[in-house]
Amino acid sequence: MQISLFITCFNDTLFPETGKAMVQLLERLGHQVDFPLEQTCCGQMHYNTGYQEETIPLVRRFVEVFGEAEAVVAPSASCVGMVREFYSKVAERAGDPELANAVEEVIPRVFELSEFLVKELGIEDVGAYYPHRVTYHPTCHSLRVLHVGDAPLILLRNVRGIDLVELPAAEQCCGFGGTFAVKNADTSMAMLGDKIRHIKGTGAEVCAAADNSCLMHIGGALKRQRSGVEPVHLAEILASTEETE
Amino acid sequence: MPEHNTGADWINVDFISVTMKNKKKTPTFEETAKAYLSNTQLRRNIGHATHTIREKRETVVGEMPDWEILREAGSQLKKRVMRHLDDYLLQLEASVQEAGGKVHWAGDAEEANRIIADLVKEQQAEEVVKVKSITTDEIGLNQALAGEGIRALETDLAELIVQLAEDEPSHILVPAIHKNRSEIRELFRKKLNQQELSDRPEDLAEAARLYLRKKFLNAKVGISGANFAVADTGTVAVVESEGNGRMCTTLPETLITVMGIEKIIPRWRDFEVFMQLLPRSSTAERMNPYNSFWTGVTEGDGPREFHLVLLDNGRTNVLADEVGRQTLNCIRCSACLNVCPVYERTGGHAYNSVYPGPIGAILTPQLRGLDDEGAASLPYASTLCGACYEVCPVKINIPEVLVHLRGKIVDRKKREGGLKTKTDPEHVGMRWMGRAFTKRSRYERAQKIARLGQKIFVRDGTISNLPGELSGWTAMRDLKPIPKQTFREWWGDRDE
Repeated sequence: MQISLFITCFNDTLFPETGKAMVQLLERLGHQVDFPLEQTCCGQMHYNTGYQEETIPLVRRFVEVFGEAEAVVAPSASCVGMVREFYSKVAERAGDPELANAVEEVIPRVFELSEFLVKELGIEDVGAYYPHRVTYHPTCHSLRVLHVGDAPLILLRNVRGIDLVELPAAEQCCGFGGTFAVKNADTSMAMLGDKIRHIKGTGAEVCAAADNSCLMHIGGALKRQRSGVEPVHLAEILASTEETE
Repeated sequence: MPEHNTGADWINVDFISVTMKNKKKTPTFEETAKAYLSNTQLRRNIGHATHTIREKRETVVGEMPDWEILREAGSQLKKRVMRHLDDYLLQLEASVQEAGGKVHWAGDAEEANRIIADLVKEQQAEEVVKVKSITTDEIGLNQALAGEGIRALETDLAELIVQLAEDEPSHILVPAIHKNRSEIRELFRKKLNQQELSDRPEDLAEAARLYLRKKFLNAKVGISGANFAVADTGTVAVVESEGNGRMCTTLPETLITVMGIEKIIPRWRDFEVFMQLLPRSSTAERMNPYNSFWTGVTEGDGPREFHLVLLDNGRTNVLADEVGRQTLNCIRCSACLNVCPVYERTGGHAYNSVYPGPIGAILTPQLRGLDDEGAASLPYASTLCGACYEVCPVKINIPEVLVHLRGKIVDRKKREGGLKTKTDPEHVGMRWMGRAFTKRSRYERAQKIARLGQKIFVRDGTISNLPGELSGWTAMRDLKPIPKQTFREWWGDRDE
């Protein structure tokens, strides 16, 4: 399959390793990956913060860039959630029926990585090797917006060498919430504190998730506390093999 | 225990503007939350209580095979009510009158309080007994009545606790959720003159029962809220756990019910849906212990006079907003509070409103208006984690409304313009990034600028100290610096 990588601005700028892992993984599974360079940002940060007018050109851009793609896959449940949940509302706000049609048309072809692999391609074992103790944090948007269910866990369970440990109170939000983490830094930290306690309690050396945004927040506290736990994106674990480890 | 006051007396709650009409400036969520987050007793009480109710709810909802169908039915019924609210209200008025009740229309809190005070004075009553009602808290009824020399006595155990403590409710369903039993014992010892009281829940309830029973028997006027009112029969319903509501609505000769105009359900048979949704979502019970229904007045049984006060107080403004309208579907079950990770940590008082938690974060700003700075901070008091929407028995998409309100707040800021908006770091940042994202060359340049600009903050490969707005991040978290190569740069190299 020809897969267009929707890297997201956040991963493009801050987490290039996740993007590289996406390419390695999808190519290893026998697909062709292209990366349309005209892509920028899905507009989630603007939309969720209330700068919704600013989102209109970004939605236009997205459908122009990805409109013809066979499948659009992103290493971010949150950004895919933005496309699926709010793009039609942005089109409505723009008062542009043509844009609304284009959005409706592209949405069924936009996927988050784990749902794409498990639900679209029907792959449960990607042939990865990752000899580490890992706990998995299911991000809110992967759970409650995309409803990926246990797709990420199915993939992780089939990774060779992995020691996967269950995270207590896993479904509780980590407290990131985009600009919430700055605007309501104290409440955000109170939420993160409990998440960190649960992660450390598992004895894992790696905390994995389907969103680097949440992982940046979780990882920021793990690092500050010198906890010895590393945040790693799901794609990077799935891309690992005996050769790369 | 750490050396600080526990309970809610330690924080000044005077600022809570009770009447929605009274456009008093309320503090923002972030200002207030900070103080509550450091109250260890409150964190423990609320954390424990919300987790307990949360788990129980999951169990009783889990045993319903048709739960999702019920939710959909509840949502559709409420949507229909909102679509035809004008018709249903007139129908309700007619059916209540036909059953011997009187209907009063109140545009705002002041008008409602005036109507109720006059009705109480007609009965020459100096004390009234009350059923737990958030609507009367919303309009500040108790204070208004006090101003007229009338004492309003709360008879719900938790409301009584809050009233005796001169505190404010912190939860829709469990108003004293922030207090534990030893705090309550201390309060009863002081206020009910019960020196020998233990902190066993049974003993605490018995002390309240003895105190309240006398009050019920002597009261001339009872005041209640309403969970539902049936448009085609005029029946009003109150569901509760303690039986004090039953006392208030049956013993006094005059009963006054205050109800937001959105509480209507079309027909009697619609109880089939709501009487399953509400108890399981709120108290995690299969059925409420006390379900009281009354239709006007009945000769020789219950009150001689029944007054229904229908309250707008901002609700028609909510109705006018096509996205915000779903907020009026709320049946006040409080499942969203119990599941909310923010509420669980800050408690209800941080919301500075009688409606706390996720539902409060969308209801308060719509009722009060967005020019109230405190109310306008509430839509941001959420990570948009979606847990509230998942449990809502009438499917209010709370995250959707939160984001919608944020949009209205920013649009408003832009319209007002002015130096404050123009120099607001968030506003400047959003504008700048918004522009950068519209063109590839600008976006790529912005990436390079950010990578260069961060250099003065990077120490030993990490950012631990940022200025201004962003200090909120680095106060407690490290920040990963932007790496040397973006993904697109790597992709470009790979292609070559």
